[in-house]
Amino acid sequence: MKHWVLALVLVMWASVAWGWQLHGFVDGRSGMRLQDDDVERQAILNELRLQLDLNHMSDLAIWQFRADLVGDEAVGESEQDLERGYGVLDLREANVLLTPFYFLDVKLGRQILTWGTGDLLFINDLFPKDWQSFFIGRDVEYLKAPSDAAMFSFYPSWANVDVIYVPQFDADRYISGERISYWNPMLGRRAGAQDEMVVDQRGDWFSEDEWHVRVSRNIEGIELAAYGYDGYWKSPQGVDALYRSYFPKLRVFGASVRSSFAGGVANVETGYYDSREDRRGDDPMVPNSELRALLGYEREIVRNFSAAVQYYLEYMQDYSAYRRTLPTGMNARDEDRHVVTLRLTRQLLNQNLELSLFTYWSPSDRDSYLRPHVKYKASDAISLYLGANLFFGDAPDTFFGQFENNTNLYAGMRYSF
Amino acid sequence: MNSARFSIVTLVVLLLMASVSYALTADEIIDKANQASYYAGKDGRAMVKMTITAKGGDVRIREFAQLRYNEENGDQKFYTYFKAPADVYKMAYLVWKNIGRDDDRWLWLPALNLKKRIAPGDKRTSFVGSDFLYEDVSGRSPEEDVHTLQEETDRYYRIDNVPKDPGSVEFSHYVVEINKATFLPMIARYYDHSGKIYREVEALKVEEIQGFPTVLVSEARDLVSGSVTRNEFSEVQYDIGLNSRIFTERFLRRPPREVQ
Repeated sequence: MKHWVLALVLVMWASVAWGWQLHGFVDGRSGMRLQDDDVERQAILNELRLQLDLNHMSDLAIWQFRADLVGDEAVGESEQDLERGYGVLDLREANVLLTPFYFLDVKLGRQILTWGTGDLLFINDLFPKDWQSFFIGRDVEYLKAPSDAAMFSFYPSWANVDVIYVPQFDADRYISGERISYWNPMLGRRAGAQDEMVVDQRGDWFSEDEWHVRVSRNIEGIELAAYGYDGYWKSPQGVDALYRSYFPKLRVFGASVRSSFAGGVANVETGYYDSREDRRGDDPMVPNSELRALLGYEREIVRNFSAAVQYYLEYMQDYSAYRRTLPTGMNARDEDRHVVTLRLTRQLLNQNLELSLFTYWSPSDRDSYLRPHVKYKASDAISLYLGANLFFGDAPDTFFGQFENNTNLYAGMRYSF
Repeated sequence: MNSARFSIVTLVVLLLMASVSYALTADEIIDKANQASYYAGKDGRAMVKMTITAKGGDVRIREFAQLRYNEENGDQKFYTYFKAPADVYKMAYLVWKNIGRDDDRWLWLPALNLKKRIAPGDKRTSFVGSDFLYEDVSGRSPEEDVHTLQEETDRYYRIDNVPKDPGSVEFSHYVVEINKATFLPMIARYYDHSGKIYREVEALKVEEIQGFPTVLVSEARDLVSGSVTRNEFSEVQYDIGLNSRIFTERFLRRPPREVQ
């Protein structure tokens, strides 16, 4: 053990070092519901956060540590849990990137992982998301939750190949009622802080694990990629015999293309969700297999004003089997779920003021989610934020409609150093 | 044999005389200026400190490292690695400048580990909130303007440039003075549609580095808003043997040592 530590220290100092760098920010934010919610508090976010980002780069290795210390008055959860992101410490990154061969990079440890072409829509990116942070007004970077993983990136001449192994399944930081009320089909009503959700977490190391693979190539600016995933559904969408929620087995295969097109950027992505525990679609307690696809286009409309649109589809396989076996009294979802997104971004005052709006709208679910946001950079160090999360829906059980009582307004300030 | 040698010598002398006496056309001067400003060496690297001073005295600083790689066909690749301000620390901006079609641009967001594709966009947009425009940083194609030699002194050429597509730019024309010895543009004055100068870009300090005349301090002034941006270049090097692989996703994830 001692030799190992000594070797590590030697490797870090013997290599041509560029030294340690420390940066970070202090971020204060407050958000509140704009309407009453029978099952939640009015305050949705009252947090002060200190992020420290420490890294060390050399020819041999890049060390990266990034952790948040968080205090939140509006919190429902309090126990320290690094997986769920509860408690005072939120460890975002703790990893080392090594280049053992000229064609191979290896990144080991806690890391944020992202791929795919969607804008706030994910098909082949099955890395954990923190929907709770996304909905309560934290910075959008918190939508990505960390993974404890080993990433192997191979760079042969014909493509880039990324293979990621996650030894212990990382679920989404899914909505479970502590802060955000949601539709609980078992209860048949909106559930909140008092309604404890019993979830089997799938925490067995090396047996309940995940594999992610991507093969990608950039040909003259046309980006092609193929993806694979072997793991579990990322939110507890299955119900077992003991009426506990759990994460059913899932495999995903997909592909994407992204390129400049007609003065803008266009992207296409598709993925087949193979729900391995319900391949015939007749088990009402496990989600059916799905085909998902998205099509996007972004361009600048005039100087400092850009627009992006996306169309997204979830097509459920074996829909008739799903309808036939659906328990009576439970609302059926549609065979197709369509979502259209629109992003508008306007830069003003020498790019120091940014007005943006991101909207999700589902004509099939008849619900929508709007994210207006204003960011003002008062100086190089200080930024001010004002934003809202607005949910609308005709029915209480649709994807965005279920969150209607969580519609909130937030304001914040960040000092970066 | 003698006559053959004589005719070759005559030819060489004639050619030399022609090249000395034959004045450069405006298009040739602009091409040489474009080469001198944006294509020096096979590749290059510089550390840039950008100071933006608003009319009221509010100062903002950007610091970044920039790597450049020239392709055989005139295409170029740029890698910009931000060090300050703190909220953009470790962000990287990758541009593949393509002659004759839209550039490919990506932004690396380290907190998300995300390679974000940026729509091509208007090149007459401010670069990182400064008074320099994207086009000042990566170069305006000589094909986009009609060039006329207005004046030639013993020190500079003064050339007037009128856009072929006036709707695509905010100026009506601009006049640039190009140093005759270095072919570096020393000052460019941009005129609005009423004929008034509203913007200037000037080279304030030039030194020769590895045989290439190099701008070490430049300034862009917005005469309407009163804002001024000064760029200071340091650690400038050419022909450092950059590999084109540096300008790919791998080196966005793992910044190359050249930007440190």
